[in-house]
Amino acid sequence: MKLPIYMDYQATTPVDPRVLDAMLPYFKGEFGNAASRSHPFGWQAEKAVDTAREEIASLIGASPKEIVFTSGSTEAINLAMKGVADMYGAKGKHIVTCESEHKAVLDTAKHLEKEGFEVTYLAPDITGRVTAEAVAEALREDTILVALMWANNEVGTLNPVREIGALCRERGVLFFTDATQAVGKIPVDVEADNIDMLCLSAHKIYGPKGVGCLYVRRRKPRVRLVAQMDGGGHERGMRSGTLNVPGIAGLGKACAICEEELTEEMEREIRLRDLLEEKVTSRLDHVHFNGNREHRLPGCLNLSFPYVEGESLLMGISDVAVSSGSACTSASLEPSHVLRAMAVGDELAHSSIRFGIGRNTTEEEIEHCANQVVEVVKRLRELSPLYEMVLEGIDLSTVNWAGGH
Amino acid sequence: MAYSDKVLDHYNKPRNVGSLDKAKSTVGTGVVGAPECGDVMKLQIEIEGDRIVDAKFKTFGCGSAIASSSLATEWVKGKTLDEALEIRNTQIVQELSLPPVKIHCSVLAEDAIKAAIADVKTKRESDLKKESA
Ligand SMILES: Cc1ncc(COP(=O)(O)O)c(C=O)c1O
Ligand code: FES
Repeated sequence: MKLPIYMDYQATTPVDPRVLDAMLPYFKGEFGNAASRSHPFGWQAEKAVDTAREEIASLIGASPKEIVFTSGSTEAINLAMKGVADMYGAKGKHIVTCESEHKAVLDTAKHLEKEGFEVTYLAPDITGRVTAEAVAEALREDTILVALMWANNEVGTLNPVREIGALCRERGVLFFTDATQAVGKIPVDVEADNIDMLCLSAHKIYGPKGVGCLYVRRRKPRVRLVAQMDGGGHERGMRSGTLNVPGIAGLGKACAICEEELTEEMEREIRLRDLLEEKVTSRLDHVHFNGNREHRLPGCLNLSFPYVEGESLLMGISDVAVSSGSACTSASLEPSHVLRAMAVGDELAHSSIRFGIGRNTTEEEIEHCANQVVEVVKRLRELSPLYEMVLEGIDLSTVNWAGGH
Repeated sequence: MAYSDKVLDHYNKPRNVGSLDKAKSTVGTGVVGAPECGDVMKLQIEIEGDRIVDAKFKTFGCGSAIASSSLATEWVKGKTLDEALEIRNTQIVQELSLPPVKIHCSVLAEDAIKAAIADVKTKRESDLKKESA
């Protein structure tokens, strides 16, 4: 087993060697510009792009013509939300989203607010989920867009996308879902799931960084977007700029592999994820699960270890690369906005760790990770004035804390 | 974030972890921070006359907060109360090579020292009053 162990698969994933092999030709001999129509170099590149478009479309149940390549999910999110706002702004100025979305969605929504749009930020429930009923209540006559993620990147909770999509369809509102963490990890079908727009990113599914796409529905309803990048009119005018052919070839291959291995990989990751939880919780008291037990990603486990601060925990579990919802480190001193929105309590947020399980995770790694977590939590609790108080029977919520920041 | 060797050393081998009997009249206890903020530091000192003869800490907080409080207990031991009051967070920052985002962890340690000293002084004064009464 190689140390450190990578368990941060929601942050990014390694490029699968099969993906790399699919990309290499387009760095070498087949370096053409996919927009060059007059020679074989261009034709080869165009063929690679077309193949990738088919592979991506196949994974999400779309048609290849509905795929618009971007530099990743952040750009696709900007294009979807701003593109819809610019196109349909005359029809209505109201947008619905959620407090626990990725910053790319939240900051784009803030930007649109400055331009005169009104945004409703729904609060997720304590498991991180938004219900279709909550969306229904938020919809107004002038709502033009609902933007809700499929799978949350911090806690792995899945939204009831199919129901929300059906509701939006019925009410004539466009539905965009940030599926960056969902595509390739769970079944996704833009037809059955009633999706109008969806973004995905290659680096989350064992492809390269800096490439992704936006799915834009062409029929029933036909979604029209105002381009956010001016230039040569690539991607049917929706996203100008010479296509990143090697990246796109890699994204296509990454999708093809995910499609082929989806069911098997889901089962494997669920087994490892549950094994990790079992190995940790059986040996430690006071461990808190963050997320939704029923509706969740296979490869994500978010746990809080009360009375131990997340960053000191990360420092201790130095053999394992994971991430924490505690952000006492950052300039803001604010814990994760996702755990905040879920209202799990700042104390739990400060002690949370996200374990990401992926294609290369082994049982041996899970064992090692669990052992180190248990050992470090025990050691830090010995050091914790809070744990000491709890053992003395003091209710921490009744303590009058002097001078927090 | 990369930690300095000194922070790592205190984190891995914290000095003077534990608790003193807070009921004792010669023990001063300072608790600063709040769990919602992600940091709570408890620092205790025991005095003989004017001199600090023992110090203990427990900290809920990041590695730099743990290191700052561990270092603080080392530094106060053997000092008089007045000398201990001279300890500045900037000295802790320098000793541990803390980056700017970690300065508040050292501030917390300075505050904890001050709180513990204030506590033991209050106890001493009320003892004196009792004696003279
Ligand atoms: C849910 C979610 N949305 C958007 C993004 C941004 O994706 P990208 O890195 O492709 O811009 C990420 C990843 O950081 C994510 O997890
Ligand atoms: S205690 Fe807040 S960053 Fe150190």
